[in-house]
Amino acid sequence: MSVAAARPRSRGIMVSKVAWSALAWVIAIAFFFPVLWMALEGLKTEPQAASIPPTILFVPTLMQFQEVLSRDFPPYLINSALATFGSTLLVLILGLPAAYALSIRPVKKSRDVLFFLISTRFLPFAASLVPLYILARNLHLLDNIFALVIIYTTINLPLGIWLLRSFMLELPHELVEAARVDGAGMRHELMRIVLPLITPGIAATSLICLIFAWNEFFYAVNFTTSTAATSPIFLVGFISGRGLFYAKLAAAATLASLPVLLAGWFAQKQLIRGLTMGAVK
Amino acid sequence: MARVTLKPSTDVALAGGGARVGPSASSARRDGWRRRLPLLPALIYVILVTQIPFVLTIFYSLQDWNLLRPEPARFTGLQNYAVVLSDPSVRIAVWNTVVLTICAVAISVVFGIGIALLLNRDVFGKGVLRTLMIGPFLVMPTAAALMWKDTLLNPLTGLVNYVLGPIGLGRVDWINQFPMASIVGIEVWRWTPFMMLIVLAGLQSQNQEVLEAARVDGARALQMFRYITLPFIRPFVELGALLGSLFIVQSFDVIFMTTQGGPGEATTNLPFLLYLVAFQGFDIGKASAIGVVAVILTMIVATFALRTLFTIFHVEARR
Repeated sequence: MSVAAARPRSRGIMVSKVAWSALAWVIAIAFFFPVLWMALEGLKTEPQAASIPPTILFVPTLMQFQEVLSRDFPPYLINSALATFGSTLLVLILGLPAAYALSIRPVKKSRDVLFFLISTRFLPFAASLVPLYILARNLHLLDNIFALVIIYTTINLPLGIWLLRSFMLELPHELVEAARVDGAGMRHELMRIVLPLITPGIAATSLICLIFAWNEFFYAVNFTTSTAATSPIFLVGFISGRGLFYAKLAAAATLASLPVLLAGWFAQKQLIRGLTMGAVK
Repeated sequence: MARVTLKPSTDVALAGGGARVGPSASSARRDGWRRRLPLLPALIYVILVTQIPFVLTIFYSLQDWNLLRPEPARFTGLQNYAVVLSDPSVRIAVWNTVVLTICAVAISVVFGIGIALLLNRDVFGKGVLRTLMIGPFLVMPTAAALMWKDTLLNPLTGLVNYVLGPIGLGRVDWINQFPMASIVGIEVWRWTPFMMLIVLAGLQSQNQEVLEAARVDGARALQMFRYITLPFIRPFVELGALLGSLFIVQSFDVIFMTTQGGPGEATTNLPFLLYLVAFQGFDIGKASAIGVVAVILTMIVATFALRTLFTIFHVEARR
């Protein structure tokens, strides 16, 4: 398009761009506002956080964050981290060979296996909850982080396999073929050739596992009480706060949300692919 | 480029499997097992933790067994099912689950499409807008639910009533007066970004030349949306709605943190009822029967869901 031809229309285009941008910004800020408000409430004093009308302008203080962190919150955060990283590691250990056997050297009926796996992800937890609880009780694994690691692995493994597989299918065929001609065994092929090439896939998988495990609540609240309780359980203590602890609650909620929020923001591209099990790239 | 590829690609499977038939049947079998070996640990793990417990759930559902009572479990046949199916609480919970899921998914899909269309236009600060938009999905749901209840929807100190005050809506106790609408609202807030991400990925993979050609041919914006864009993003929308409903059917954290299933049973969905029966009443038999009923209901929904998945698969195969 030449400059001369564009000029008469350009003002109209600019106006509509500004109008649509304004609308987009209003909506995005409205959606983001509760997240921002959570952080702001955490930076207030308790009277400010529960004031009528709400305090809009205030001098921020890190007091609440300090108080939450210096008292009883850290053990919950550590438990969350243990359950999250433990289960993510287990998903990768079990999932990488499985994805390999469903993509690069596929077993027969790979498709049936894939659909079986994903069906377990969407089986209601009602299906296995009671027996798992009884089993954990009999094995003295209630309120033990190990039980959460096992369960979170189960939740994330099917997603992880689908996702890792979608990355493996993208590898150039010749590369794997060449290694095979050189007589590389399956273990060597997976460890030395496939693994280094799908590091983005491993990152995306870890991110999705992190989100689901870190934010998980149902099993955490039913299978743990104190020793192994994770960060969402700490927030349960605020349910009947009645206005006395809003600022502290907000500080704890912000801290609990931060790891997943940051990870998701940094890896937005992987996020879409991960959430759709590799279907949308 | 975004693309829906929900296909466990069979071409690779056929090529790999066909070329590797060994000279004798026994070596082919050996090769088959060698291929299966890396898959086995994961498969066995999944079967152990999901399938065997499910069989046990069915077994427990046929027993009269309460952990709070000293008597051991006793076989009672289908009695738990008779109790569960005639229990009004169960019917209410099924109804609430359906209402919550359909409303939350439908609204967040519509919002998601709208916002995705907006962000797909030439607007300022696209990257920042998308970053802000996905915030609600990433925040810990328990944390978000408490913040909504205590600082936004609170009848006295909440920001929502403060903002709505000037137009005469300042005295509403949202969570107690409109419990289900409040839960749906929080879920919509959380899942709209999810739908938006998927639809936006679809829009960005749309062929610009087709749109340009239609524009040159004099198609109006609405026509282009109706006949070109909408059919193109349909599989993405279906995928989003499908995944979203599978997650929202199971929603528990928001209800636990805001309404505790109440007032009365107004927001008790199946997961919350199961929680009450299993972990407040410790009625193992009844909880298991509810579990089996929930699985059957989910299977009905999942059948439709899987059909959608296969449609996407066929569309992809024809391309």
